[in-house]
Amino acid sequence: MAPLALNHFLVLGALLFAISVVGIFLNRRNVIVLLMAIELMLLAVNLNFVAFAHFLGDLAGQVFVFFILTVAAAESAIGLAILVLLFRNLSSINVEDMDSLRG
Amino acid sequence: MFETVVFYVFAAILLLSALRVITARNPVHGALALVLAFFTAAGIWLLLRAEFLAITLVLVYVGAVMVLFLFVVMMLDVDLERLREGFWKNLPMAVVVGGVMALEMVAMLATRVFGTATQTRAVPPGYSNTRELGRVLYTQYVYAFEIAAVILLVAIIAAIALTLRRRKDTKSQDPARQVAARREERVRLVSMPAEKER
Repeated sequence: MAPLALNHFLVLGALLFAISVVGIFLNRRNVIVLLMAIELMLLAVNLNFVAFAHFLGDLAGQVFVFFILTVAAAESAIGLAILVLLFRNLSSINVEDMDSLRG
Repeated sequence: MFETVVFYVFAAILLLSALRVITARNPVHGALALVLAFFTAAGIWLLLRAEFLAITLVLVYVGAVMVLFLFVVMMLDVDLERLREGFWKNLPMAVVVGGVMALEMVAMLATRVFGTATQTRAVPPGYSNTRELGRVLYTQYVYAFEIAAVILLVAIIAAIALTLRRRKDTKSQDPARQVAARREERVRLVSMPAEKER
């Protein structure tokens, strides 16, 4: 078996990203699964950052991952708060029920 | 060699749990699969010598964010069958788009523009990933670090402000209104003739 190269990790990140895009297509009505698919996407991006940081010997990539983790935590907290609010008002988390802005 | 085997095993677990996340019928199972995915990703990051971030991923994501997810998922009583409508209808299109995306990215990487770099930058003795990361974070990226702190503060305030429910039937006092009360609002002078005593 070949020793680990940068490509191994980049291909893994690409596959993970593609899986989460498919997940967004499939579960387009369920807001919870949409949020989870976005988290997976961010994980794929973070994996690329960490891989580049290791193989190029530059710590800036890891610092970026740190900030991405911060912003992703804030995003999911606010997203879930909006979700709870939606459920309280609509008694549903179906994307199709959120059409009150339709003219 | 051992690292390669570990990488392939972890990558397989990561991809399978990611597939489980997007296909789970029950959102609770999906969230648990996502926990497994994050945990496995932390293992892969350890292979990349990013110890601090791997532990942070486990603590922050598995410990906080995913517990929040599970809490919300279990709190909401959702109609699962209605949410699954259109799952099989969208499947062919989604697989085509996702497959083409994955093929394009892998084909791009197969040109070996990036891939020639192999392991392993030798880690000098006494090297601490946490210490190095902290040194960079508090010197070169200190402003970005403070902005990140402000973003977290905004997230706290936003989450509380969005979900705070003010009850209407409480009898709490409002000191501002008490202080601002004026005589005209409270006292009503009624003029009526005095009654005579017999």
